[in-house]
Amino acid sequence: MSEMEIFSLHVNGERRDVTDSWLGESLLDVLRDRLGLVGAKGACEQGECGSCSVVVDGDLVCSCLVMAASAVGQQIVTVEGIAPPDAPSDVQQAFVDAGAVQCGFCTPGLIMAVHDLLDRTPVPSDTEIREELAGNVCRCTGYGRIIDAVQRVAVARVELSS
Amino acid sequence: MLAEHGEATLLAGGTDAMVEINDGHRRPAGPVLAVNRIPDLRSWRHDPASGTVTIGACVTYTELMDPSVAALIPALAEASRTVGSPQIRNAGTLGGNLGTCSPAGDGLPVLAALDATVTLASVRGTRSLPVLDFMVGVKRTAIEPGELITEVTLPVVDGWQGYAKVGVRNAMVIAIASACVVLDRAARTVRVALGSVGPTILRCPEAEADLSERIDWASMAVAAPDLARFATLVSAASRPITDHRSSAEYRRHAVGVLARRLAQRALTVDPAGATR
Repeated sequence: MSEMEIFSLHVNGERRDVTDSWLGESLLDVLRDRLGLVGAKGACEQGECGSCSVVVDGDLVCSCLVMAASAVGQQIVTVEGIAPPDAPSDVQQAFVDAGAVQCGFCTPGLIMAVHDLLDRTPVPSDTEIREELAGNVCRCTGYGRIIDAVQRVAVARVELSS
Repeated sequence: MLAEHGEATLLAGGTDAMVEINDGHRRPAGPVLAVNRIPDLRSWRHDPASGTVTIGACVTYTELMDPSVAALIPALAEASRTVGSPQIRNAGTLGGNLGTCSPAGDGLPVLAALDATVTLASVRGTRSLPVLDFMVGVKRTAIEPGELITEVTLPVVDGWQGYAKVGVRNAMVIAIASACVVLDRAARTVRVALGSVGPTILRCPEAEADLSERIDWASMAVAAPDLARFATLVSAASRPITDHRSSAEYRRHAVGVLARRLAQRALTVDPAGATR
């Protein structure tokens, strides 16, 4: 095992000291095991499933593929930073309303990916949604209700802005 | 730093290196040099005077999908769009694709078809070499200890170009077979490079020469039998193996089909046309 690395990360607007990480440890493991932020889920650990998705300096990435120590000085946003527990974001609420959550394991990653998608493509087609969410695997829903949830948010945001 | 720490691990987007580290196949033995935020490696430039585009090693696939890149090197933008998911494309880099040098690397057939030049830097200076000399074998490159891939230079070619691959689904796949076809109207040549059908990316000199001669360059048309022959020659140039992803027989067939379909997009096909 490598020597312990000590560094600080900026997570959800706060400075968080990491004092017990090994060099090479993924951001996912540091978030979950060192910082207690268990929203991002670990499954494939090779970037296939998307359940560990977080935003680093504005880019949606798989936190399992980010070396935690390489993210020093970058702004990290996890699902815990999207909205407070008692006031879900519009995407989170739409997932509930559309029944897009079954076992819930993929949901945090999908919430991050859908926010990112709608920031870049406010009114996506179903095909665009499918391409953009291709890296978030859900084994329960069959994706129909997830696409429905994305479209509900897109419609609601357009109505809100007009 | 690289010269002082021969055992250092170079980290770009992490999409390959972290998979190995997570799996426990690799642990950084010494320092890790994360190069993906070095501004010089993160930019690309178009030099109209020399008719080239130079891309920094840490430019990501997402950045390569940008319309500004697609306007100059359409096949590279197209190949980049087939890489992984948005999450992977936001992290993965062209330099990382080269450094890993997997036969399935999606950017590599494009670089090979365009005869790209790879530039390497070390404390000893910089050197440039053709990408086909850079890629030595399965995950083996001509990088020497202490060297860093800094940039890739590609020509802007007048003519159609495209990339296609076969996998088990539309997204998130490692190519079972892939192909890049480039038509160079000025030189009246066709260039073809194949991925996942050999130890590294392969060019197809025979298929290229044959189709180059048989295209009517004035009308950009080709006779159907000549196109079929092109597919056969491409398949013959492949050197696939059977592994857990596919069989050699399927790969050999599929890569010919891919190359033919790409050429079909570029050309008007005369179904009854006599061979030239």
